[in-house]
Order: sequence, then C-alpha cells, then structure tokens
Amino acid sequence: MIGAEGQRTGPGTIGVVAIAAAVLVFLAAPVAIIVIVSFSGADYLTFPPPRLSLRWYERFFGTPEWRQSIVVSVQVASLTMVFATVLGLAASLALVRGRFRGKGAIYAMLLSPMIVPTIITAIGLYFFFVKLKATGSILAMAVGHTVLALPVVVIIITATLQGFDLRLELAALSLGASRLVALRRVTLPLIAPGVVSAALFAFLTSFDELLIPLFLAGVEVQTLTVRVWNSLLLEVDPTIAAVSSFLIAVTCAVLGASALLRRRTDV
Amino acid sequence: MAAPEGVRAGAEVRLQGLTKLFGPVVAVSDVSMTVPAGSFFTLLGPSGSGKTTTLMMVAGFVHPSRGAIAIDGIDVAALPPQKRDLGMVFQSYAVFPHLTVSENIAFPLEVRKVSAAEIRRRVGEALELVRLTGYERRLPRQLSGGEQQRVALARALVFRPRVLLMDEPLGALDKKLRAHMQLELKRIQRHLHVTVIYVTHDQEEALTMSDRVAVMRGGQTEQVGTPAELYESPVSPFVADFVGESNFLDGVVISTSPDGRAVVRAEGGLELRGTSREPLHVGQRVVAAVRPEKIVPQDARASELNRGKGVVDQIVYAGDATRYSVALGATGTLTVKVQNRLASRQLATGDLVELAWDPGDTRLFARASDER
Repeated sequence: MIGAEGQRTGPGTIGVVAIAAAVLVFLAAPVAIIVIVSFSGADYLTFPPPRLSLRWYERFFGTPEWRQSIVVSVQVASLTMVFATVLGLAASLALVRGRFRGKGAIYAMLLSPMIVPTIITAIGLYFFFVKLKATGSILAMAVGHTVLALPVVVIIITATLQGFDLRLELAALSLGASRLVALRRVTLPLIAPGVVSAALFAFLTSFDELLIPLFLAGVEVQTLTVRVWNSLLLEVDPTIAAVSSFLIAVTCAVLGASALLRRRTDV
Repeated sequence: MAAPEGVRAGAEVRLQGLTKLFGPVVAVSDVSMTVPAGSFFTLLGPSGSGKTTTLMMVAGFVHPSRGAIAIDGIDVAALPPQKRDLGMVFQSYAVFPHLTVSENIAFPLEVRKVSAAEIRRRVGEALELVRLTGYERRLPRQLSGGEQQRVALARALVFRPRVLLMDEPLGALDKKLRAHMQLELKRIQRHLHVTVIYVTHDQEEALTMSDRVAVMRGGQTEQVGTPAELYESPVSPFVADFVGESNFLDGVVISTSPDGRAVVRAEGGLELRGTSREPLHVGQRVVAAVRPEKIVPQDARASELNRGKGVVDQIVYAGDATRYSVALGATGTLTVKVQNRLASRQLATGDLVELAWDPGDTRLFARASDER
C-alpha cells in the first residue's frame, strides 16, 4: 500500500508507531509521575495527588540536612568535573596523537569502569580509602566519581580530537609557537565544544550517582543521592519526590546546555 | 614589509646525504642539493617521490634518519620546527578557522612578543603585500580558497623568515586562479628576496616559476637544473617524460662519432641521428626521445634532419595547437604538436605525411634493463 508521497501507510506502520509510543510513555511516565507527586498536598506518596502544594519543596529546601547535601553533591560533582576533564583531556591527547606500545590496552583500561559493575568499583574504592582513613571526605567521593566519569570524557574528547586537523597545530609550530602555546591558542579553542560537553557529562555522572558515595560518605557528609537512599529506608514521604524532581531538573538543564552548545558550534 | 627595509636576504639551504626511512620503506634516499640564497627552488616529482618528506625534514616536522640540513651554514637538524624560523605554507592552507584574517597574520608576531603597535603596522603591510587590505576582520570561512591561501602566505611571511617552504600551495585552486597566484608568488618572492623551496607535482608550474628545479623520483634526485636545462637536456627518459612530454623510440646504435652524436636504427628500420650525454657504443640498445613540438610535418628537404613517413592516425585540437598521432609502421607512433597559424595546413586522418626533426633535438639514452 503506497500513499500519495510514496509513504507506506499500512497496518505494519501503525503497529510500529504504537510500539514506539508505548516505549516512550513507559520511559517518561516515572519521571512525570514523580514530578506530579512532588507537588502533592498529601502527607504520603499517592498518585494522583488529592490536592497541589509546594510544602515538600519547602521541606526539602528548608531542612539544613537536605540543603547541606545539595552543597556536598555540587562540590563532589564540580571536583569530579575538573579532575575528569583535565585527566581525560591529557589522556585523549596522548591516545590520539601518540605513537607508543600498549595504546590499545591503555584505552581499554580507561574505559573499563564502564564495563565493571559500579558496585565492584565502589567496594574497591571503599577498601582503598579505609586504608587511607579518608572515607567520608568530599575528595574521596570526587576521586571515586572521576574513575566513573573518565570513560565518558575520554570517549567524547578523543572523538573531537580525531576530527581536528593536525596541520593547524603544525602550522602554529612553524609560525614559532611552542607546543604549549599551540595547544592553548589553536587546539584548545577549536576543540572547546567537545571539552565543555565532556565536562558537563562528567558533572552529571557524579551528580546522580549513588553507589560510590553510599560506600564513601560519612555521617555528616552525604550527597543528595545518599540522603535520598537513607530517607527511603527510614520514612517514605513526598520530600523524596521533590528531591528527585530537583535532580531531574538539574540533569535536564545540563543536557540542555550541552545540546545548545553543540547546535551553536554546528552552524 | 613594504620595501626591502630591514629585509634580510634569503638564506642558503644545503641538504647533505638526507635520508628518511619509515620502517623498511625508504622515503628519501641520500638527497644532497644546495638551494642558492634568494632563489626559487622547486622539488618536482610524482606522488611518492619523496619531495614532501624532504620538505618536511627541512621544516622540522620529520626527523631525518641520516644526513644534514644547514641553513646559511648552520646545522638545524636538531632544532624543533618552532626554532627554525622558516615560513611554511601548507597545501590545505591551515588558516586558523577561529581567528580573523588579521589575528591569523598577527599570530607569529604575537608568539614572538612583538609590540602591539609594531604588530598592527606589519599586519597592515603583509595584507597590502598579498592584496587583502580591507579583509582584516573576516573569518576564514568567509573567504574563497584563493583568499585563504593569501592569508596563509601573509602569515608565513610576516615574521620575515629567510626561507619560505611551500607544499603544493596552489593544488586546490582552479586553473585561472592558479596562473594568477603563480605570478603573485613570483612577484612577492622577488620583492622580498626570500629563498623559496616549493613542492609540486605540476611540471608546468615548476618550469614557469622556478630558478632551479630538482626532479625527484623514488626518493632520489634525478636531475637538478634550470627549467631550460631540464627541458632541453634531460639526463634520463624519466625527466624527458615527466618534464614536458616526449616521444620515445627504441633502437640500436649503428655508428657513433666522437662529438657525442650517434646513428640509431629504430625498430621498423627507421634510421635517425641523435645526441647523448654519455658515450655510446655500436650495438648498444638505446631509447631516443624527441619532443612533439620539435617535429615538423613536410619540412624543406634539408638533408641533416631525421625524417620518417607516416599516416595521421588521430587529431586532437587544443586551441593554440593541434596534436597529431602519426603512425610510422613498425617504428611506432609519434606525437607531433603543430602551432595553429593561418599559414599552417591542417592535416586530416589518413593523410600520408613526412616528418622531420633535428638530430640535436633527439636525446639518446642507454637502456637500463628495466627502464623504458
């Protein structure tokens, strides 16, 4: 059955569209429900909410423990972003430009945290930091998250570098620039969109990750994800929904920024 | 850069035994040549002949396996590219896409910590030199290929290097623009007295622009000379074929004379006289090379000329000239190029034609076992 514009409009097409729609609804529904519930006026988690209010957001932003967790999460994610981007950029430069033995093995090692279950990495890091008596510190959690964020950063930056015309850097050298000046004035400005996008993904990797801080957090120093987990174990009230909505909003904002950046540089 | 004010004349570049191995592959093998100060020197050769690798070794981007590179007598082999003070123009232009035209040209001055006022003055002069005044604030993507090439040229000259290296810089331009840029390049080079080392595979470009040309083949220099020397007295069939074009006839030497002349019987029995740079002996197998424009159809009966009878096989009209393929039976086919003047009679396919050419225009090359 061929339509006017040569498009197939048969029962098969309708079936595919229906399945795709069902998958999309299934993916988005939990997010939508959480956001709706977060505006509930009821005392317990219930859907649909009987009435709307902002009381759970007041509770969330008004409780010192929750506020402190936001600060901790942002600190850990920011440090992770800096560590992973700097290390990932250096590693990517070496992997794309360098000619040395064992390059494939090093690339595989850098990407391995993506394959190893996070809980294994978390347990390993826990024993490591216990020995150093460093559990419960923001730095330890950031180092742990750097391990998880490195693969993403390395994948994004190596892809960007492969599209970079190396002759531009050679031209800079021939014009008298040192390698560092060539990197700073020519290479970095041109690969900046890739580097910034990698940094944003590193931030997100840390911001919504639970397992590593679950092992490494202390009583005082807890990320948002850990505090959500702990409060789920003790009492289930709609504050959780407000916190979750906050996490979702931050994620959407960062992804949106990354998409905007990519669109601007494509023009 | 307006006048030769403060301009240092170009430097002499001397290559000695330059060799580059990439693993088992010999890219450049024992190349020695002297590029005279202030000259336009071209490395000419087909792809894979080692010309670009040689240039990259001079630039410092490729480390020689053996040999020395001296600029005005100073060995630079150990210096990194940024310390050699050589201008370089790449085939791809390599203009920085995130910087404006004047920022691109200011780049080499900024990294040399030249004062802002001096940078402004010299960027202005450089723009004037390449005739891009008024383009200061444009970005490279707003420029045509030819304009980007001029930016690259201005950027490579603004810090007054004594040697300018160019790697097939006009390869991406169309024919008209290329001819224009060739003239511009010559003008700028004469004006600045800078030594230019130019890489190209285009023999026409090499002949028109260069003071001296090194023909490269298989990583070695085949012949170094002025364009006229290469064209009129090639040292090998390869040069005779690669620079300009040549007819080749196989034959055997039947007599020699002490002045380097010899009589050759070509396949098919045609006897022709020619000259050789090296002594030949009777019975030696040789290749005779003669250029298409040196052959004249139906010339006066001067007895000292080589002559042969043939049938016009193919005609290619090229505007200023016509090229005929003339079959000489078992001897082979000769390409003949005739200028189109009113007086010259046009031949038609199937015409019987007598060809004549001077023995002095006939180069004889001893045949190596595997060469043509």
